[in-house]
Amino acid sequence: MRHGKNRFLVGALAAPLLLYGVFVVSPYAQAFYLAFTDWNGLSGQAEAVGLANFTALWSDRLFLAALRNNGLMLLAVPLLTIVLALFFAALLTMGRSDRHGGIGGIQGSGAYRIVYFFPQLLSVAILAVLFQFIYTPKNGLLNGLLEAIGLGSLGRAWLAEPAWALPAVMAVMIWAAVGFYVVLFAAAMESIPRDVLEAARLDGAGRLTTFRRITLPFVWDTVQVAYVYLGILALDGFALVQIMTVGPGGPDNSTEVIGLTLYRSAFTYGKFGYASAMGVTLFFLTLSLTMLALRATRRERVEVA
Amino acid sequence: MKSRLSDAVLHLALLGWGLVVTLPLVWAVLSSLKTDAEIFASPWSLPAEPQWDNWVRAWQEASIGRYLLNTVIVVGGALVLVMLLGSLTAYCLARYEFPGNRAIYYALVAGMLFPVFLALVPLFFVVDRLGMLGTYHGLILVYAAYALPFTVFFLHAFFRGLPTSVSEAAFIDGCSHTAAFFKVMLPMARSGMVSVGIFNFLGLWNQYLLPLVLNPDPDRYVLAQGLAALAVSQGYSSDFSGLFAGLIIAILPVLFAYVLFQRQIRSGLTAGAVR
Repeated sequence: MRHGKNRFLVGALAAPLLLYGVFVVSPYAQAFYLAFTDWNGLSGQAEAVGLANFTALWSDRLFLAALRNNGLMLLAVPLLTIVLALFFAALLTMGRSDRHGGIGGIQGSGAYRIVYFFPQLLSVAILAVLFQFIYTPKNGLLNGLLEAIGLGSLGRAWLAEPAWALPAVMAVMIWAAVGFYVVLFAAAMESIPRDVLEAARLDGAGRLTTFRRITLPFVWDTVQVAYVYLGILALDGFALVQIMTVGPGGPDNSTEVIGLTLYRSAFTYGKFGYASAMGVTLFFLTLSLTMLALRATRRERVEVA
Repeated sequence: MKSRLSDAVLHLALLGWGLVVTLPLVWAVLSSLKTDAEIFASPWSLPAEPQWDNWVRAWQEASIGRYLLNTVIVVGGALVLVMLLGSLTAYCLARYEFPGNRAIYYALVAGMLFPVFLALVPLFFVVDRLGMLGTYHGLILVYAAYALPFTVFFLHAFFRGLPTSVSEAAFIDGCSHTAAFFKVMLPMARSGMVSVGIFNFLGLWNQYLLPLVLNPDPDRYVLAQGLAALAVSQGYSSDFSGLFAGLIIAILPVLFAYVLFQRQIRSGLTAGAVR
């Protein structure tokens, strides 16, 4: 049986490891090196500049604007998405309470899930083009909707006003993500033992108390996983901004994101070393976010009695 | 009863979000069947007569058909490649003891922690130096390479969980290692393969950043690139109905797949997240 084991292993692993080494490992490794050089794309002309790229980042107004916007997205997008998703998931799984104190999913729960989930499947390019039209001032859906309910005066050129452009972009992210997390949270909520919930209900706990004291602690792990994924999403935003916004990144850099600054530095201005320094910064931001969330998960685990 | 009333309120909330989700899509479908004049007149009106011509224009003149074909070729190729290599790698790492096993596994899984933006600049030059910029095979190889970490991570756990007795029986029956993998172990891992396959398919189908940088040839544009380019060019020529039609054509394949496999797709994607 051991016959030919090594030949099999070498044959099986050679191709994937070569592929991974050439297209994934080597670019990542090179990026860390390039971040400390002033390379502009011409071979053999990379001069080591130490930390100069990183110090330059801190006085780069564009990069600081990007950092601020990604920071705002990091605060708002995961929070709003998770709150909305928890709310709808709770309604779907324990909205109905029958006369006998039993708790069950609301009618049509499956259909809601099917519909809510769909936007998750749309590519960012489709989302960006679709919402660009929804936000169009003259014949867009949003202003048309506001007009239809008598709030026409609130209508505006959503993507052309610095104060509204970033919220408009964030709304697209939230719109697309909520359904996925509804399905995720609803599945977690369904695994809560029924008798625990029903006992709470019999003890006179209202819906809100039950949700706060039982449901939320039970699904907390899943919420933290969701936070990591949504945080990573919020640190990106490149495709939406690049396709949707004026500039892109405008107006007045109000929708500039790190990915866009990086892309432009590299492929418009040819400042490849500088762009790599941004990549390294983004990597450490992502990594700290993941670490924080993972540490938090380890600390608070709910024991199922 | 009081709870009757609040039940109605809850239903309203759920219906409300249902509308928020569906309205933009319905509106886009309707707009794709209107004339430009009708689009400008009111966002609410129904098309007086469905303008299927918009769809034909989007398919032919705006090249949506070609972008779709390019996407199918690239995503299909990458999917086959990553499923084959990923399952082989995961199987070897999960079922064979050899020096370096752990190191290879962690090196692969660590790939999930890095943002693609970090690799972007050197990746462009790696692909350029290999002469693969703007080629199908270049994109296929890159797509497969970046989908490999998650595929291995997911399937590794899966192959670990399979009973050892089956493969031992296969070896006693004279199976080679390769045959044991393809004929015995891979079929047993089918449900895991389906989950990760769906996950990879959607991830690759929706890819925008990699083709934007590595695929500059407009003839080889994938759907996401084509739509973005179309939004710019049709905006100038103000052929909005054509653009809406292009958008709907791009959504339809995913919608069909979802209608057919909605349960598998939802469980596949959420299973991917919890791991």
